[in-house]
Amino acid sequence: MKEMLEKIKAEAAAKLSEANADLEALRVQYLGKKGELTSVLRGMGQLSAEERPKIGQMANEVRAYIEQLIEEKSAANRAAALEKQLAAETVDVTLPTEPATVGSRHPLSLVQTELEDIFIGLGFEIVEGPEVEYDYYNFQALNIPENHPARDTQDTFYITDNILLRSQTSPVQVRTMEKKKPPIRIISPGRVYRSDAVDATHSPLFHQLEGLVVDKGITMGDLKGTLELFAKKMFGEDTRIRFRPHHFPFTEPSAEVDVSCFVCGGKGCSLCKGEGWIEILGAGMVHPNVLRGCGIDPDVYSGFAFGLGIERIVMRKYNIDDMRLLYENDVRFLKQFD
Amino acid sequence: MNLSRNWLTDFVDVSDISDKAFCDRMTDTGSKVEGYTVLGADIENVVVGRILTIKKHENSDHLQICSVDVGAGEPVQIVTGAQNIFEGAVIPVAKANSTLPGGVHIKPGKLRGVESNGMLCSIGELGLTTHDMPEAVEDGICILGESFADKIGKDIREALLLSDTVVEFEITPNRPDCLSVIGLAREASASFGREAHIPTPTVREAGDDVNNYIKVKIDAPDLCPRYSARVVKNVKIEPSPLWLRMRLRAAGVRPINNIVDITNYVMLEYGQPMHAFDYACIDGSAITVRKAKAGENFKSLDDKDHVLDENMLVISDDNKAVALAGVMGGANSEITDSTKLVVFESACFNGPSIRITSRKLGMRTESSGRFEKGLDRENTMAALERACELVNLLGAGEVVSGVVDVYPGKKERTVVRLEPERINRFLGIDVSADYMRGVLKSLFFTVEGDKITVPSFREDVECMNDIAEEVVRIYGYNKIESTGISGNMTQGQRSPQQSFECGLHRLLCGLGLDEINTFSFISPKYYDKIALPADSEKRKSIVIRNPLGEDTSVMRTTALPSILEVLARNANFSNEKVGVYELATTYTPTGDTTLPDERKVLTVGFYGRGDFFTMKQICETVARYARIRTDYVRQSENPSYHPGRCAELYTHDGVRLGILGQIHPAVAANYGMTTPVYVAEIDLPTLFANRGAEPQYKPLPKFPATTRDFSFVCAEALEVGAIEKVMYRSGVKLLEDVKLIDIYRGVQVGEGKKSVTFRIVLRSADHTLTVEEADKAAKKILAGMERELGITIRQ
Repeated sequence: MKEMLEKIKAEAAAKLSEANADLEALRVQYLGKKGELTSVLRGMGQLSAEERPKIGQMANEVRAYIEQLIEEKSAANRAAALEKQLAAETVDVTLPTEPATVGSRHPLSLVQTELEDIFIGLGFEIVEGPEVEYDYYNFQALNIPENHPARDTQDTFYITDNILLRSQTSPVQVRTMEKKKPPIRIISPGRVYRSDAVDATHSPLFHQLEGLVVDKGITMGDLKGTLELFAKKMFGEDTRIRFRPHHFPFTEPSAEVDVSCFVCGGKGCSLCKGEGWIEILGAGMVHPNVLRGCGIDPDVYSGFAFGLGIERIVMRKYNIDDMRLLYENDVRFLKQFD
Repeated sequence: MNLSRNWLTDFVDVSDISDKAFCDRMTDTGSKVEGYTVLGADIENVVVGRILTIKKHENSDHLQICSVDVGAGEPVQIVTGAQNIFEGAVIPVAKANSTLPGGVHIKPGKLRGVESNGMLCSIGELGLTTHDMPEAVEDGICILGESFADKIGKDIREALLLSDTVVEFEITPNRPDCLSVIGLAREASASFGREAHIPTPTVREAGDDVNNYIKVKIDAPDLCPRYSARVVKNVKIEPSPLWLRMRLRAAGVRPINNIVDITNYVMLEYGQPMHAFDYACIDGSAITVRKAKAGENFKSLDDKDHVLDENMLVISDDNKAVALAGVMGGANSEITDSTKLVVFESACFNGPSIRITSRKLGMRTESSGRFEKGLDRENTMAALERACELVNLLGAGEVVSGVVDVYPGKKERTVVRLEPERINRFLGIDVSADYMRGVLKSLFFTVEGDKITVPSFREDVECMNDIAEEVVRIYGYNKIESTGISGNMTQGQRSPQQSFECGLHRLLCGLGLDEINTFSFISPKYYDKIALPADSEKRKSIVIRNPLGEDTSVMRTTALPSILEVLARNANFSNEKVGVYELATTYTPTGDTTLPDERKVLTVGFYGRGDFFTMKQICETVARYARIRTDYVRQSENPSYHPGRCAELYTHDGVRLGILGQIHPAVAANYGMTTPVYVAEIDLPTLFANRGAEPQYKPLPKFPATTRDFSFVCAEALEVGAIEKVMYRSGVKLLEDVKLIDIYRGVQVGEGKKSVTFRIVLRSADHTLTVEEADKAAKKILAGMERELGITIRQ
């Protein structure tokens, strides 16, 4: 029997080593209920009591050996199959794909949000107000009485004698000062309207962002400091600002504010027309008449205000040469600002 | 305001300062320079010459060969085609290798074989017109005349006074005094620390008495605080001298004749508009400043007819208006070549009144533009005297002795207290009180201790802020040190609604939609385009009284036309698969004297990238963002939308949020679109107001759910939403969710019917459901279906 077991062992090993061995058939052939090893074991009854345990142990060893061979072979087969499958699944990673469709914010909104976030960081609240506005808030309360020549610089759309489309976001400042006592620190972004025909640099509707600070002891130095900080955040840490005296009826002193050109840094280039500076802001100390009109005592409080056109910054920032593109809403344009 | 730097030198000597430095400093101190032009810079190597001899050109009928004395060296030979020349003529000569305006270069060459070393010039070739050089002809060589005989060889720019720098200032409306050479001289004086010399004009009177000629009466002293006048007799109308013409030219004013040029010259120099009229045209001798009669006719100098009203001010003789005060003179009293007796008017008029008149009549003149800003009433006499001084100087006539000066509106000069500490604190600078006094004095303020008396031409200065500005603009805005705001802390923030909107933007972009930005004003015709019924409330819009055009004439009450236009435009550009959105403001009137209701509406629109359910999914996502449970109700009556593919969007509590659906094909066609277009309009304030509360944690389920699938056969018209509602209403507490799995239509279920399959999810929070419990719950739901909808489970 010993010889038979050894023969089975040798035979099984030989068959299992064949490349395309049918593992299941071989398992049945050797280890199954009617398998060769089983039938050998069945003959164990004829053995002597001494021989039986030896042969039994040997048979178990042969079984374990064959089982192990099958398992090894099977694992190797699975590994080979997986390898084959993976090879078959190979993709060309250089094939082109389109990115998922994600929408774009409008460039005006992108810049407006950026501006808002800068001023929120400086402790400003965002306040909105009506676009269809009373003449009082748009002009009179801002120290621009009826028939004041300053009204000419802002050709205004009128609804009635007393109602108009706001030509600036400053009415929001007046409304805020009427409601709220200092300290006031607000910005008011929004749409404004002026009777300018549409062309590459004009639009009857555009966007402004104005700021207002009122408190005890606010100085023109604070105005400069605030705008300087803003300019650095918006246009880069190396940005410098320059004040030029100007006139606005609602501020005194008033200034136009230039920032050093964010393309050439002040050397002079085509963007800044060789000036090295780009005018972006109007600003000044709130006129005492405006404060007084809102019930704020100019002998106790002072304040500053500033304003800028968002389109202007958008066009500079993204190098857009025609304002009409902003309102045409061609998605091929909008998609460029993902 | 165009300032000639030569002219400025009459009053303050800053001629050693380069153009660039001059402009920079003037801008820094508050007189903004827009740019400057160097006159004569485009002319080079052109001199005064004299034609010595003229010979015929042998090979030409019209060419002549001139020998020209150009002052230095041998005479130059020049071939010319001009015919108005003669031997001995003094003319401008462009020598060989010279430059003329327009980038013309003259080089030596041969004309039909004869050498020509230059060109004789016409006035046009020098960039001049017959207004500048009335003695010259338009088409021919400019004959300068014997008065230039001593200038042979001289640079033409010097000879014709062409060299100057013209600086263009943008003068703000608060500083009408700076619309003058003297005003800018005062500014330049303070800016550069150079003394200004502003002479007092002196007039040589010729006897007689002005009162023999005119009397002046002011009927409307509120509109005319001062009227000064003089009379000039034996006037000889002729061109002004070259120096005066060239100064007007530099300022951009066309020379006309000596009298008219004098009024313009004085206006530019003193900032005081003047008027000269022909005494012979005046009926009687009384000049009355009065309001016009309603309907009074007036023909202005430029031959245009106007109908006046009773708020307009005129200068009138016994019978008629001879001038529209401060705006323009009348054609009836214009200075002509035969004028012999001239009245010079130098008056001051009320600014707002002039502004209203000039706007109403559409007449913006150099004069009205100045008056409407409010002019210095102390300035009328000085200007009048200067005009008559120029009459003396030019020999234009004899000035009758005496002045008429009616001055009902004399004003006290403003006095402001100097508060040096307050000014320093307010500006954030630290300069001495004496420095401030010095600056104010240099700007012609009278300073006695802390009492500052404001000059009459500075009506804009009224309070501490104004004084602070005067100080700091000379001190230098850019010397102010930047500081941080000190004092109370403030919370920088967005309002809850603004934050909500920010999140909404992120969500919509995440859904692949591009944000658009459209005009708030539209054409009323757009309401037709979206098929709004004729009696719709939405047609009542805020109307702009002075629109740019019909397309932008009313404020939109709906943002639907705006987004449709954008979609149509994109379709027109052949852009495929377009999806856009906007938080658009709409304006609904609330009354004639009140402001409209401004509401933001979320509009979403797309084509080529989905159907009704794509849009519904977007709306659901938006609602989910707002934590709102929604209901959709079929809407087949809205004419803008497809009657079978439109729904109103409600909250679960029945608050209307908006509408969504396919745009009616007829409306789409109005926009030139043939592919299906889908739009949703959601009222933003309502969405925000109904948003759900902050989420609270609910424990995750501990026990498994049990599901049951049911199929019902029902009428095609029965909406799935209705079935779901009945299921939820069944009162089964274990019901966690109802999901539609399938809708089947076919022969098995019959015509006009459909089979709808739902999966219901049952779960208990505290134990695993038994089969019996689940069966019982299912039974209860099915009973409700049969009772309320008459439908049973499909066998």
